[in-house]
Amino acid sequence: MPNCKTTVPFAGTEEQERQLREVIAAHKGEQGPLMPILHEAQEIYGYLPEEVQKIIAEELNIPLSEIYGVTTFYTRFTLNPKGENQVSVCLGTACYVKGSASVLAEVEKVLGCEVGAMTDDGKFSVDATRCVGACGLAPIMLVNDDVYGHMTPDRVAGILAKYM
Amino acid sequence: MAAKDNLKAIFDELDAAKKTPAFRLTVGMATCGLTAGAQPVYDKLNELLAGEDAVVDRVGCIGSCFLEPIVEVFDAQGNRTTYVHMDANKAAEVVERHIKGGEVLREYTVGGPEGCGQDGITSVEDAEFYSVQERVVLRNCGLIDPEDIDQYLLAGGYSALAHVIDDMEPQEVIDVVLESGLRGRGGAGFPTGRKWQFTKNAVSPDGIKYVACNADEGDPGAFMDRSVLESDPHAVVEAMAIAGFAIGASQGYIYVRAEYPIAVRRLQIAIDQAKAKGLLGENILGTGFSFDLGLRLGAGAFVCGEETALLTSIEGHRGEPRPRPPFPANKGLFDEPTVLNNVETWANITYIINNGAAAFKAIGTDDTTGTKVFALGGKIKQAGLVEVAMGTPLRTIIEQVGGGVPNGKEFKAAQTGGPSGGCIPAKHLDTPIDFGSLGAIGSMMGSGGLIVMDEDNCMVDIARFFLDFVVDESCGKCVPCRIGTKRLLGLLDKIIDGKGTPEDLEIIEELCAHLKTSSLCALGQTAPNPVLSTLKHFRNEYEEHVNDKHCGAGVCRQLVTYTINPEICIGCTACVRNCPVFAIVGEAKSPHIIDQLKCIHCGACIDTCRFGAISKG
Amino acid sequence: MADNNMVKVTVDGVEVSVPADYKIIDAAREAGIKIPTLCYLKGVNEFGSCRMCLVEATGARGLVAACVYPVSDGMVVTTDSPAIRKSRRNSLELILSNHRQECTTCERNDNCELRQLCADLGVDHVRYQIENLEPQLEESAPHLIRDNSKCILCRRCVAVCRKTQQVGVLTPADRGFATHIEHAFGRDMAEVNCVNCGQCIAACPTGALSLKSQTNQVREAIQDEDKIVIAITAPSVRVGLGDRFGEPLGANTEGKMVTALKRLGFDYVFDVDWAADVTIMEEGTELIDRIANGGTMPMFTSCCPGWIKYCEYYHHDLLPNLSTCRSPQQMHGGLIKTYWAERNHIDPSKIVVVSIMPCTAKKFEIEREEQRLDNGCMPTDFSLTTRELADMIVESGMVFGMLKDTPFDPIMGESTGAAVIFGASGGVMEAALRTAAVILAGPEADVPLIFEETRGLEGIKEATYQVGETTLRIAVASGLNNAERLIQAIKSGEAHYDFVEIMTCPGGCINGGGQPQHSAWEKSIKSIPAARIKGTYNIDDKMPLRRSLENPEVKMMYDEYLDRPNSHNAHQILHCTYVERELYKI
Repeated sequence: MPNCKTTVPFAGTEEQERQLREVIAAHKGEQGPLMPILHEAQEIYGYLPEEVQKIIAEELNIPLSEIYGVTTFYTRFTLNPKGENQVSVCLGTACYVKGSASVLAEVEKVLGCEVGAMTDDGKFSVDATRCVGACGLAPIMLVNDDVYGHMTPDRVAGILAKYM
Repeated sequence: MAAKDNLKAIFDELDAAKKTPAFRLTVGMATCGLTAGAQPVYDKLNELLAGEDAVVDRVGCIGSCFLEPIVEVFDAQGNRTTYVHMDANKAAEVVERHIKGGEVLREYTVGGPEGCGQDGITSVEDAEFYSVQERVVLRNCGLIDPEDIDQYLLAGGYSALAHVIDDMEPQEVIDVVLESGLRGRGGAGFPTGRKWQFTKNAVSPDGIKYVACNADEGDPGAFMDRSVLESDPHAVVEAMAIAGFAIGASQGYIYVRAEYPIAVRRLQIAIDQAKAKGLLGENILGTGFSFDLGLRLGAGAFVCGEETALLTSIEGHRGEPRPRPPFPANKGLFDEPTVLNNVETWANITYIINNGAAAFKAIGTDDTTGTKVFALGGKIKQAGLVEVAMGTPLRTIIEQVGGGVPNGKEFKAAQTGGPSGGCIPAKHLDTPIDFGSLGAIGSMMGSGGLIVMDEDNCMVDIARFFLDFVVDESCGKCVPCRIGTKRLLGLLDKIIDGKGTPEDLEIIEELCAHLKTSSLCALGQTAPNPVLSTLKHFRNEYEEHVNDKHCGAGVCRQLVTYTINPEICIGCTACVRNCPVFAIVGEAKSPHIIDQLKCIHCGACIDTCRFGAISKG
Repeated sequence: MADNNMVKVTVDGVEVSVPADYKIIDAAREAGIKIPTLCYLKGVNEFGSCRMCLVEATGARGLVAACVYPVSDGMVVTTDSPAIRKSRRNSLELILSNHRQECTTCERNDNCELRQLCADLGVDHVRYQIENLEPQLEESAPHLIRDNSKCILCRRCVAVCRKTQQVGVLTPADRGFATHIEHAFGRDMAEVNCVNCGQCIAACPTGALSLKSQTNQVREAIQDEDKIVIAITAPSVRVGLGDRFGEPLGANTEGKMVTALKRLGFDYVFDVDWAADVTIMEEGTELIDRIANGGTMPMFTSCCPGWIKYCEYYHHDLLPNLSTCRSPQQMHGGLIKTYWAERNHIDPSKIVVVSIMPCTAKKFEIEREEQRLDNGCMPTDFSLTTRELADMIVESGMVFGMLKDTPFDPIMGESTGAAVIFGASGGVMEAALRTAAVILAGPEADVPLIFEETRGLEGIKEATYQVGETTLRIAVASGLNNAERLIQAIKSGEAHYDFVEIMTCPGGCINGGGQPQHSAWEKSIKSIPAARIKGTYNIDDKMPLRRSLENPEVKMMYDEYLDRPNSHNAHQILHCTYVERELYKI
């Protein structure tokens, strides 16, 4: 999944913004302040949404697009929040032919959240993965480290309920 | 003699310098040790030894990952005992019987049943895998507490810096490094002294120059730099200060992978402690020389291991390489003259200053002096970190240090240099390790990843693995690398999927040559090496994939045929039910058949069959 | 005696003596050798990514990029060898494998640099797997269409936007094969702080960035019997249009242009130069008024819609400093739909004003709601660029070189030399000074006509003039990076001016984003802006009237309709207000 724009509404707090501005102020004077600020901003928010990058852009007087270009270049920076529970559905060949796409669609429906994004309450994020090497159990869904094999769409809601 | 006097004053203050306990226990607590469970061992030892005449030190890594967690006991008589695969219970036994009872627990030592297979020894120093190594870079690793500057000082730390400040002119420092013949350990092997000389000679209009450390170790399977930083961070800190003195810089940066949290933490501790003791920062050791260090974290981009990309990243941009010239020595970080070396290179510096260029040159070959650290992994019995003199044959590393290929399998190739390097076949195993020799056989020293492969590895698949990595990690700036690696990957995929043609092999070779000659930076220029070296040494495997549509190692899924042996199959239908594409037909209690046209080669059937009736080939 | 700053370089056997800071590509040019390039844009984008310019040079290992590799004394360069040809073809094939090739129907089918290079280098097939690319159209902005499926990631647009214009709305995002050009967070161009200058389009070697053409809508309006369609042409168009038809660079094609417009079916063809003279009357009066009455100083010109939008994004505190004058285009449209319509008893809603502009930002300006007239009409209905007009002429089959000259229609066709120089950076300033000098010093005084310091291609020009009792400190900037530098100097108190002219495009409107395009090679061997500027001043030199206040048709308009500059009526039609824009709107 590319480092795409998040669909999760921003829920930053005033306290987080205060911390962010402190971090920016601390680094502003030094040369090459952007990378340290981005690292620390991600510590504060868990990810680097547009609202956060905008503050950094304005404070450092660097175009927002340039910061966006930087954050999408490095894999450690994420524009999407990660949920407490990470749900992923394998879209490898074996899983795909056994209907994992419909399982994924059901996950999206149950959680109301698209692939690459996080639920509004921060409980879940959804990903599609490459083959996890358990083709005998296809289709596969993972919730964190728990593997669920032989998935069908009607089992999705029940399994996810355990993590809610 | 101001610096030396001040260093001596610091030294005399150290508590540890004044008293020696009866026993010193060390617990290997770098990443590998911690992952293997060193923390509870350390906690248990501390708990049980409270009040005893013994200290427990958290140390870094001695390199023997396959023996972790490791506890070593040093007694007042100078005996060293190496306990391996420790856990809290065994640790308690060691305290009870060895520390309190004076008995060496042979069965838990490196010579015991879980050790290296060399009966009768109790200290790692007596183990063949260890004794054939030559420890320069790793000299303190696994012996001192990386979070305690006092231990580094006790091991002679910062004396090189004091010596340089008191007794040497900057040019003399560079002369020693030049004379040592030290070449950069990051891959290309450029003479370190020359790099320093260029930077010293470079004119900086505003007088600012920088020293930088490349700790963005990104090769899959390589962890030399991580171990050094986790085990002996001051070796790098001190060396960078020496370079600062030599080239006339007062600020340095260490660019370290954010994926190495322990290394980052220990580096920060080391910097803070050195500053607190006046060994870093303003007026070092009371002299007029000032040098400060800052940490900069990488953010997950392999290309930032390339020197210009690294500098660009520190500056706060996308980590894209820039054209050279200008070289960093003339126009580097923030456009100022900059000397940039990698961790392992830095770790050699104090050794050279303390022992002299001649002592360093005595190690290694004429062309390549000193030692090289390798991260030995893959199909090898004794994986870990290895340091050998340059010129040591590959065979020594693989057979004597690594203990050879496990499970009676046959050695096929050794891969050095990661995604930039190549695969070395058995016939070249006696090649001495140095820059020139490895290059001559189509590989390269690289930063030090050394992956062993056996008969079960498909060399086309291996080439594809590295190329896939490069495609992910290409910065995307120049055309050959951005598009060329992707097309190369597509061609390999085609071959792996059984759709390759002999013409594809020709196009692959041409594209590889194009990447080599025309890419902007070393990442693209060396990206074809895994393909070219396997094509050179294992062309038969490519041809087998292309002409016979067969993968001898049975790795490439689309080229593997699964068949059910009707003699063995009892018709239990387990495979029928598990086949994702309904490719297996057959009645219950009669042998099943796989419809090869439907089969997607996923291997689910073979995993399910409890009777061994299914074979692949 | 050998000059220390010069070195001798031999390129393909030709020895040249060049400055020591030259790159190989510069030396080759002097030796008469055209090294192929794609990412290179002299002075703007020199970063060696496309690998087309690889050459062999003594002292260098392997092939090196000529656009970034410095020359050294005694260097011997080979730009054409089997290895070099092979490398270039291979790189081109790779680029083509990831480029949506619809060359016949592409907007750039006549001047695509990629296609030209394939022809030049004999690339006749692609051996690599060709990506099956769908169009990726982004059409939200009024002035351009972006299609990443044709983008070759040369980043010329990014460099122009960031370095030349200081705006930086474009960025490479992601990395490796996934790298692509976009705006922050994938937002549409209409949502971001783009000032619509169109320099990115001018920089693009392929059809990845193209003009949003409105020629079809204009053709429809012309066909509509109920509409009176009026063309108004900007000063810079007449010195740019000829490029497309092989006229010498900077040639004045005014008469042919009017003929062509008439033959295309426009009912009237007026000259925006006339409105430029009106602008000077209004702006000059405003300046004198601000000086006399302690208005907000310095006053900034407001003719350039890119600059206005830039100011609205970046310098809210300077909005009161902007002249309230609308741009000549909008003044002209406004007066057509009021004064001219009333004079001719025409329902203004039946009038379609089509401006022909060197500018892409005008397409945004005509949509600005605060410019709507009291009668409900927008001053200008369509704004075509010079390129779009050229397209229409080509399509119509007119042989441009054979067209006769036709004069502009009265009563908005007469102009002075002061108006025609509006197109050159410093021209508005000089035009204003010509009139202001007469007003301030009195008609009898011997006042200068030429203000040399305002002229030329430097990014920032400044001067102090004594006009009668008044000392006028002026500054001129073109290119928003220069404008920003100037603004910072003003804000920091380092510099003090009374009147500041700012044009978004380097060199002024003659180098606008809507002018005929030139390849990177053409731009590297000659200064296109300099040629057009020269053409502009040549016209001025030959004009009988050279001060805006002398324009008889302008005087007539004031007499008949607006009374005097800055009158109440003039304010209704010729002046406007500005809005604060949020820089990054989420």
